[in-house]
This record gives sequence, structure tokens and C-alpha cells, in this order.
Amino acid sequence: MRALKIAALMMLAVACAKENADQSATSSSTATSSGSVDLTGAGATFPYPLYSKWFSLYANRTGVKINYQSIGSGGGIRQLSEETVDFGASDSPMSDEEMAKAKGGPILHIPTVLGADVITYNLPGVTTPLKFTPQVIAEIFMGRIKKWNDTRLASLNPGVAIPNQDILVVHRSDGSGTTYIFTDYLSTAVPAWKASVGKGKEVKWPAGLGAKGNEGVAGQVKQTPGSIGYVELAYAKQNKLPVAAIRNKAGQFVVASVPAVTAAAAGAAAALPPNTDFRVSIVDAPGQDSYPIASFTWILVYQHQNDPVKGKKLVDFLNWALTEGEKEATPLDYAPLPSDMASNVRARLKTIDLSGTK
Amino acid sequence: MTAVPAPPIQKDRRRLRVHETAIGDRIYEIVTTACALVVPALVIAIAIAIFAAAWPAFAKLGLSIVTSSNWDVGSGQFGAAPALYGTLVSSAVALIIATPLAIGVAIFLSEFSPLWLRQPIGFLVDLLAAVPSVVYGLWGIFVLLPMLREHVMPFLRDRLHLGATPFFSGPAYGPSMLAAGVVLAIMALPYISAVSREVLMAVPRSQREAALALGATRWEMIRDAVIPYAKSGIIGGIMLGLGRALGETMAVTMVIGNRPEISASLFAPGYTMASLIANEFSEATNDLHLSALMAVGAILFIITLIVNAVARWLVWQVSRGRVS
Repeated sequence: MRALKIAALMMLAVACAKENADQSATSSSTATSSGSVDLTGAGATFPYPLYSKWFSLYANRTGVKINYQSIGSGGGIRQLSEETVDFGASDSPMSDEEMAKAKGGPILHIPTVLGADVITYNLPGVTTPLKFTPQVIAEIFMGRIKKWNDTRLASLNPGVAIPNQDILVVHRSDGSGTTYIFTDYLSTAVPAWKASVGKGKEVKWPAGLGAKGNEGVAGQVKQTPGSIGYVELAYAKQNKLPVAAIRNKAGQFVVASVPAVTAAAAGAAAALPPNTDFRVSIVDAPGQDSYPIASFTWILVYQHQNDPVKGKKLVDFLNWALTEGEKEATPLDYAPLPSDMASNVRARLKTIDLSGTK
Repeated sequence: MTAVPAPPIQKDRRRLRVHETAIGDRIYEIVTTACALVVPALVIAIAIAIFAAAWPAFAKLGLSIVTSSNWDVGSGQFGAAPALYGTLVSSAVALIIATPLAIGVAIFLSEFSPLWLRQPIGFLVDLLAAVPSVVYGLWGIFVLLPMLREHVMPFLRDRLHLGATPFFSGPAYGPSMLAAGVVLAIMALPYISAVSREVLMAVPRSQREAALALGATRWEMIRDAVIPYAKSGIIGGIMLGLGRALGETMAVTMVIGNRPEISASLFAPGYTMASLIANEFSEATNDLHLSALMAVGAILFIITLIVNAVARWLVWQVSRGRVS
């Protein structure tokens, strides 16, 4: 009798749990189609400040509400692949393997704005921006240049009194688009880096210590004399960190700025084939004024939209973002797309299938 | 998390016979039975989910997850030995620092403290447990790390000449196994101290009076009559603190330096299993990577189980020793 009672209770508990799970699954899908939230998205944290401004401006103008969770690019790709969100967002392009796994079919990469990484450092007494070549950056982050007054660095900076101090490398410990851009750049510009470390959202670092988030790296660098790290441009500008000038492909030393990043995109966009899927890297871009450590950030959408109404709302929003939205980028230290590229991307939005049939 | 061992009580397994038709009693019984079933069911469900998700990594990588030191996402190598090592060492350092302090506080409060001081000090120590871990992390970055780098580490290494041993050698950056141990010690301290204090205060007055009557000094009374009586509870408290230290994520990630390398020196940066998962999970898209992180979680789960089992066994040993 007792055993029976317990068994019955367990079944009841299981049934309740299942019902709850079903309920939460349906409630999220009904919420998106009802009036409260029109579109849901998830993904990259890096463009979140800009995206949230876009969503609030867009809701004010059109009444279309967009709910975005900044859970990281990886999470965004996973959720889009499982079709639990209407769009994803990522700082690094999806791999062919990831695209093949997406349940909703082919995915379009829509570049929205650009981000860049800067090299920041803590060298007491040095006030002029230090100059670096990609080779020297790679050697430092591989632990081969160990002292600040190493001749390879000193010869790039004649007239700067660089102290004889150990270099402490600080990198990101968490997987991040910032690391992807940085390692993509070094892999492109320095063959030795490509061979020994490679690129990725997290890599096996040969030297230094890891800190979590841009704020972690910046905090560590700020506190430790002799340290060097990389952070996002927006983060460095807002916190007024010292930043390095980096030699670009054209041989010019360029300090990161919003126009220099847009220039890099323009240089790279000019070389794109007309049928590009926009999954392109623009690190080490050609052009006199191009800043070399830069990348697009993307919104990811399915080519075939299951729900014509939602699909239309999504396309309308993206069109707005690529025109009016771009104007909001610069004040928040994101680089807008070069204008002819933005119109190319908008032309691509017309290829999204809104018929609702696969 | 380690369970607080209940003080040994007289076990009475006979159930009281109650009038069967009392409907309130029936409902009460059903509700409490449901509570008792839901919690273990939840633990089992979590374990199953973790191990199922970790299985592909165990199948593909085998034991190299715990034996290899090569964690390289790009090339599909997932060796978490440095994180396993870091979890155990940082927790051990934390216990070495926290245990004497916590027991000292507990003995002071139960034996020496004037009554008016007992409440406020006890409250402040307990308050340490209420501080969110990210606050400890921030404190670690802005206060502890510079202090370690500029004062404590050079002092240990050069003044005390401990730099000659492998444990305190190498450059002092700040972020290190030692920093993680200190932060964890502060976080584990209130658990150890609160449990020890309660257990010490529960020692019967007659026990103390007997020792004093035999001519013991106050110190001898504490050492020979009070502490042995409370030993099993104190060990339980230490294990509770250890459980806290093993699983702590945020504060450790912020001060340990996150370098997946095994180094004997406490000055060197390290890694822990919890911070490895916290760092990499949100951006992991590759299936094997995700599964390897789950495997790390599963191993952490097993370690926690072992710690709990050892704690139970220790408490049981100690309390049996006292009875016989």
C-alpha cells in the first residue's frame, strides 16, 4: 500500500514536471506571436549596447518590440540552430559545419556594424603611443619577446625611453569574439602565429595570464606595470586606456578610431565578389588609413522564414538598422558599415523568402 | 555542498500510531513525502543530465580528460588536469588558512568572549557568508592582488627566504593560486566558524565543570574536554567550507589568472574546473568542446561526492571513537 502510494506520487511529480516543461515551451512561442514581443533574438554581447538602443528606437517608431538576450555568440548560434529564436547574432562567422547543423535551413549573415581590438599596455613614464608591427605583437603574445626594451620593439620607437621591464601578457580567459578578431589578425599577418597558435574564440595561449571579459583584461593591465593586453575599441575609448599604433598592410602606423575601422571595411569590401555571403574577415585590410585589427559583427537569419508575418517584421527591422540604425553607431564607438556596402547588404535582404514554405 | 552532520541523537524508529481518519494528517504526510522525493529525484536528474551530456567526450577522449594538460579547443584536445589540480590545491590552501582562523573565532566566542561581544562578532563573521561572490572577486582584483603583489609575495619570497622552496618562487604578478586560496579562505571561513561555534556551545556545561574540577586550566579544559566532544561537528563544518571552496566560480575566476598549467609555485597563475566551465561555456559551439566542458562538470560532481563521503566517514569515525 505504501509503496503504491509513493509510486503514485512520483508519477504525479513527473507528470507535473512534464506539463510545466510543455507549458514553458508553448508560452515562449505564443509570447513571440502575441502583441507583447514581436521578435526574439540572442547572441553576441559585444554589439549589445548598440542593438539595445536600436530596439528601443525601433519600438518607439514602429511599435515592433524586439527582445534580445546577450548570452554570447556561441549561445546565439546554438539557439538559432534550434530555432528557439527568430534571429541570432555573432562576432565571428558561423563555420560551414555549424551552418549545416541549423534546423531551419540556410542561414544569411547580415553584417551590421564593425568592431576593432586595440592593444593597451601599462608602461609608467611612456606617454606617446607605442608603435607595433604584427610581427612584434605576435612575438610578445607568444612569449618570445620578454622585455619591453627588446631591440625589436625599441627600433620601432626611436626616441621613446622604454624601461627595462618584464612583459606580462594578459589575454581573455573566456571565449569571446574579441579574441577571435585578435587571433584572426595575427594568423593572417604572421605565419608563425598561424602555425603555432591559430585562431579561435579561445586558443591555447603560449604565454601570460587570462582575465574574464574586457573589464577583466583592462583592470589587470591598469594595475600591473609592464603588462600588455587587447580589448575592444569601444571599451578602450570609454575608459580612456592608452592604445598602441599598429602598422597596417600599407605600412602606415594607425591608431584605432571609428573612421579607421570603417576605412578597413571599405578597403576589404571593394575586393568582395558580388555573390559574397558576407562571412568575410577584414583583418589586415588594404588601404592607407585602414586599422588592421577589425571585424564585422553579424545578425544571423534564416533564408526561409517559416512565419511570413514575423519574417516581414524582421526584414523591415534589418532594413531600418542598415539605414537609420547605422547613424547611431559612431556615438557609441561602433564603426558603421561603408555606405555602398550597406546598400549591398540591403539588396541581399530582398532574397529572404517570406512565403512561409520551405 | 557538504551536509552538516546532525549531532548524534537517540534513534527511535517506532512510528506513533495515529487515528487513521485524520484527514489533515494524511495531507501533511503526502506533502512532506512529496518534498522528500522531489529533492533526491532532482539530484539524480541533474547527475543523469550531466553524465549523458558528458558521455561523448568520455567516449572519445577517455581518461586523457583528467590526465592530459593539453586544453586546446582548436585542435580538439581537452585535457583538464591543470583545472583538476587547481581546484584541489586552491581549496586545500583555503582550508589551511581558514580552519585555524575559524576555529579560533569559534573558541573565542564560545569560551572567552564576554556576552555582549558574542552577538556582534558572531553576526559579522556570519555576514561574510552573505556577501555575493562577485564582490569578493572585485575586492580581490582591486585590494588583494595589489597587496599580494607588492607586499605579501615579496615578503614571503625574499624576507622569509621561502623563495628557495618551489612553493613560493617565481615572479609575483598578483593573480595566482595563492590569491585564489586567500579569497576562498575568506568565503569558507564563516561556514566553518558558524558550525564550530554552535557545536562548541552545545558541549554540556557538566563536561567543562568536570574538567575544571579535576584541576584543569582553562586551556586544558578546552583542549581535553571541549574540543574532543565537539570534534565531529567541527570536522563537519570544515567539510562544509571545503564544499564551498570546491564549487566557487566567479571570485576564483577573477583572481586566479586562468592559466591551464600545473605549477608547484603558489605564486603562479592556475585554473579551476569551475572557472574553466564558466569561462568557456557561453561561447562553446563545437559539440566535443561542449561535451568536454560537461565532462569537467561531471568530474567536479564526482569530486564533491567523494568529499561528502569522506566527510561522512570522518564524522562517523570520530563520533564512534568518542563513544567507545
